[in-house]
Amino acid sequence: MSKAVEVRNVTKTYAEGAAVVQALSGVDFHVDRGELVILMGPSGSGKTTLLSIMGCILRATSGRVEIEGVDVTVLSERELPRLRLEKIGFIFQGFNLFPALTASENVALALDLKGIRASIGRLRAEELLAQVGLGDKFDAHPADLSGGQKQRVAIARALAADPAIILADEPTAALDFASGRTVMDLLHSLARKSGRAVVLVSHDSRILQYADRIVRIEDGRIVPEPAGDPDRTARSGNRVSFSETIVPALSTSAQTTVAPE
Amino acid sequence: MSLLARRNLFHDKVRLFVTLTGVVFALVLIVVQFGLFLGFTTTTSNNIDHAAADVWVVSHGVKYFDTGKPFSERKYFQVLGTPGIEYAEKYLQAFAVWKRADGRTENIQIIGFNPDTGVGGPWNVVAGDIHDLKQEDCVMIDEIYKEKLGVQAIGDRVEINGHRARVAGFTRGIRSFTTSPFVYTSFKNALNYPSGAIRDDQVVYILVKALPGVTPQELKSRLESRLHDVDVFTSAEFSSSTRFYWMFTTGAGLAVLIAALMGLIVGVVVVTQTIYATTMDHLKEYGTLKAMGASNAYLYRVLIEQAVISAVLGYGFAMIVSHFIVQISSKGGAAILMPWPFIIGMFFLAVLMCITAALVSINKLTKLDPAMVFRG
Repeated sequence: MSKAVEVRNVTKTYAEGAAVVQALSGVDFHVDRGELVILMGPSGSGKTTLLSIMGCILRATSGRVEIEGVDVTVLSERELPRLRLEKIGFIFQGFNLFPALTASENVALALDLKGIRASIGRLRAEELLAQVGLGDKFDAHPADLSGGQKQRVAIARALAADPAIILADEPTAALDFASGRTVMDLLHSLARKSGRAVVLVSHDSRILQYADRIVRIEDGRIVPEPAGDPDRTARSGNRVSFSETIVPALSTSAQTTVAPE
Repeated sequence: MSLLARRNLFHDKVRLFVTLTGVVFALVLIVVQFGLFLGFTTTTSNNIDHAAADVWVVSHGVKYFDTGKPFSERKYFQVLGTPGIEYAEKYLQAFAVWKRADGRTENIQIIGFNPDTGVGGPWNVVAGDIHDLKQEDCVMIDEIYKEKLGVQAIGDRVEINGHRARVAGFTRGIRSFTTSPFVYTSFKNALNYPSGAIRDDQVVYILVKALPGVTPQELKSRLESRLHDVDVFTSAEFSSSTRFYWMFTTGAGLAVLIAALMGLIVGVVVVTQTIYATTMDHLKEYGTLKAMGASNAYLYRVLIEQAVISAVLGYGFAMIVSHFIVQISSKGGAAILMPWPFIIGMFFLAVLMCITAALVSINKLTKLDPAMVFRG
């Protein structure tokens, strides 16, 4: 499989007053297309910093970051937003939907950023919303949606520009079990069926079963994986019981296969 | 037009109301203050601008209309003998005391002119006829000053500096910038009224009209070469000089202009504050947009479109409110003028004000770190 993201010997330091905080130290990491990786670690361990660097939102202090083979560390501040727009979809813990916009407008906004005509954007948005099981919620505002529905709108938005990489920050943290499972099923199918690289930061142990790989970070370093970790072997050897009914919908056309919450 | 700009603006109705109130308040304040300035300015030189004269001959040293000093009538005949003149009229302006029927007194300005030609006479006559002013003791005032001067109708009798006078007509909208209303009468009648002595062989101004083909400047030069101990102004010069005196030398106009400027500053501050507050409310959304890959230019467009929509809506409401204020003011002593160029100019000022107000928010967005989206 080709590498979608490659992080080589990346360090990140912050200045906090007179003190210097080492958020990441010599991190080497990669994510392949079609792979779902979960970054885990205690608070302050550097996982969100790593996610931000992979998302080209933060610059590494040193090291090299490649997105789809492009060395982003040499790109200018003007080039980085374009790369994010083309290559990366973001999903946030708090959904970060625009309350003034309807579900379809929220999704279409990602296409508006790319300069795609509103009428085309709306059609594409409705197609994506149908794919995430919200075919009846095009005109609903975020305030009228449940947490799970909001996160599915956010997933549709992340997919709007057809990115190769999906980065998700605690995507299930604000959701109940059933909604979280629906969201994880969707994300897993994005990796498995659509060949996207999906990276999640999470504390939620309930979702570990969806990971192709679990990467643990502590004190800004990736913790080496113990040889023969039985849990991980089990996870990577057995593609878990996500809802198979969702997969065809995301990989083909705009079929609504997820029951609305 | 950005959907996000429109939706964000109209989604929070209370915020929109506050923003529009700020814009409307600022614009109305500017319109009223600057309209007052225009009204005052126009009022100061109204008699000059309506006089149908190209050149004014004034006593030496007189710089503005309200302080005319008498000089010899012989100058009038010298003027008549100057080539290039269509007509010349004797004209009188002087302060006097008006005694109402109830005994109270008011200061007035007597304007004496030739009712046969009407040159330098009143305009917008709504009752009576200026030819009636040829009759002994007949005067004409503006209807705005009826109450001040204790007059109710044509025929009412009063006294001016101890001489009897009878109201023969009314004008509409001829205000005096000073607190002394203009009282029009014939030049002959006017000679009886002034507080300061003016002899029968004196005039205060000579109003001169040039023949077709002779410019006011040419006529002025010819008169200056023939007349001594008087000053000669074109009407435009005398009007400007009068306006400048009242508006800037006295500080009256400056005060109004400063008030208009304050209106602009208050407006910019209010609108800046509301647009900034709106931006801060939506900061997480802007951060999300940046993280998603929106360029700064895209965010600026959203903000500027919101500012322009606010400006257009605010302008519309402000003009409606201003129109009512102008209507009300037209019945009072202080005119607020809203000429078309001013109305159009206010539109661009409103847009400029709102865009300026958005600049603070734009600065905030420029510095916005998209990494904020991962900070919870």
